Amino acid sequence: MKVIETRDLTKRFGSFTAVDAISFEVGQGEIFGFLGANGAGKTTAMRMLCGLSKPTSGYGQVAGFDVTKNPEKIKKSIGYMSQKFSLYEDLKVWENLRLFGGIYGVPEKEINPRIDQLLETLGFESEKNTMVKELPLGWKQKLSFSTAIFHEPKIVFLDEPTGGVDPAARRQFWELIYDAADRGITVFVTTHYMDEAEYCDRVSIMVDGRIDALDSPGNLKKYFKVESMDEVFFQLARGAKAKE
Amino acid sequence: MNAISVQDIKRSYGKVEALRGLNFEVDKGEIFGIIGPDGAGKTTLFRILTTLLLADSGTALVDGNDVVKEYKEIRKKIGYMPGRFSLYQDLTVEENLKVFAAIFNTTIEDNYHLIKDIYQQIEPFKNRRAGALSGGMKQKLALCCTLIHEPVVLFLDEPTTGVDPVSRKELWAMLKKLKKEGITIMVSTPYMDEASLCDRIALIQDGAFMKIDAPENIVNAFDQKLWAVRSAEMSRLLKDLRANAEIKSSFAFGDTHHITVGSLSQGQLETYLKDKGHKDIFIEPIKAGIEDCFMELSSAS
Repeated sequence: MKVIETRDLTKRFGSFTAVDAISFEVGQGEIFGFLGANGAGKTTAMRMLCGLSKPTSGYGQVAGFDVTKNPEKIKKSIGYMSQKFSLYEDLKVWENLRLFGGIYGVPEKEINPRIDQLLETLGFESEKNTMVKELPLGWKQKLSFSTAIFHEPKIVFLDEPTGGVDPAARRQFWELIYDAADRGITVFVTTHYMDEAEYCDRVSIMVDGRIDALDSPGNLKKYFKVESMDEVFFQLARGAKAKE
Repeated sequence: MNAISVQDIKRSYGKVEALRGLNFEVDKGEIFGIIGPDGAGKTTLFRILTTLLLADSGTALVDGNDVVKEYKEIRKKIGYMPGRFSLYQDLTVEENLKVFAAIFNTTIEDNYHLIKDIYQQIEPFKNRRAGALSGGMKQKLALCCTLIHEPVVLFLDEPTTGVDPVSRKELWAMLKKLKKEGITIMVSTPYMDEASLCDRIALIQDGAFMKIDAPENIVNAFDQKLWAVRSAEMSRLLKDLRANAEIKSSFAFGDTHHITVGSLSQGQLETYLKDKGHKDIFIEPIKAGIEDCFMELSSAS
């Protein structure tokens, strides 16, 4: 079964069509890059997939639940991390994990062992009792991602997760993404770093509310006869700019 | 006279040393980039030079004026675009521009030549409230408002953060034009690929400059043996590279991994990876980019 599936999914605000009949599928354990220029409709599309916004028309299912009929069930089956994170600065590292575990209904007995195991994997045991506000940005980011997947969701949505961190931390973060995907968690990620598009199994590029390209980075580069994803993006998005 | 001249500027917030003694100079008409991650001290430096924050110690001159004693002079002749959108959301595009022109005792007409290229792109929306603009358009309006009094030095704090690659290229094209008008530009960015668009850059980490030079000089000074490596299984490849003691560092870089090596030969590495069961192995010596340099410098410090 496909973890995400849409057919002609559309969202209009008045006379403006923000998302224009997009159709695509994402498989289990896939790292799917969701790219597009500012204002192309990425955020609106993502909000529909997370069950936060009702489509105007079209079909979509996420983790087996219909985005129109069952948005509440979707929310329980996914994880979400935004660029601004959603950690409680005045809580300790373990308290944040404890809180998110509780919210997502992780069984009480499993929470503490899972926290210890997670902190050990991250090499972060020494910071268990540190206030989140005292952590460096790179660590907040890793913690934010860990809270988003603490309940082992089928899918995690990452909205520009790597903005602003230093180059080494940005790469360590992607290694966490790889590990999650290896465990079978589907990763749906937006980014403005085109080198990160290369780390995805497949990427889609949105232009003016439509998905204008969808394939593996390698195939897209071959198709557009260019060397980098940056150039692929530039060729597609430039067409949209010309019409503006 | 330099456009900006900074001597031993320090600033702490409580126990946190945000700036640990910076020294640098920016020539007139130069595009000077401050490149580094969030929390490195970029915004603190901008706020000191734009006279919005006092340093704990050290001196700084902007266009020959002291940032403490002559702050009023400086405010008249610089343009500052903070990282956070700070125009009036409830005023229209045109009203915002008029407000900024009036504050600086000028008119839109007087300096229209400076903003023309940028303003024409948002002029169709001049009656729209600033709060209702898309991210890219807000950025363009903010730049217009920053330029309307013909500043001699322009301070742009992360103008491209969160902006898509196409709009980023457009913004840099505008900066090149402003440079031709003789405006000095100090600009910060977390995107390392933008470093090459500056005349000189300072790489900043933890409140200190790791290096100040022209981007090509920084790249040429990289003294490690650097290879790009690829195989059919990139995720496993990274783990296997990390496990090899002969390899000093390995990081994912787009469609290849970049590694620095000591005495290891290409043939030896290929054999090692074949033994680990890798297929479609590709190894190539490459020239470093700014991001390679940044990581090398920060791991050394």
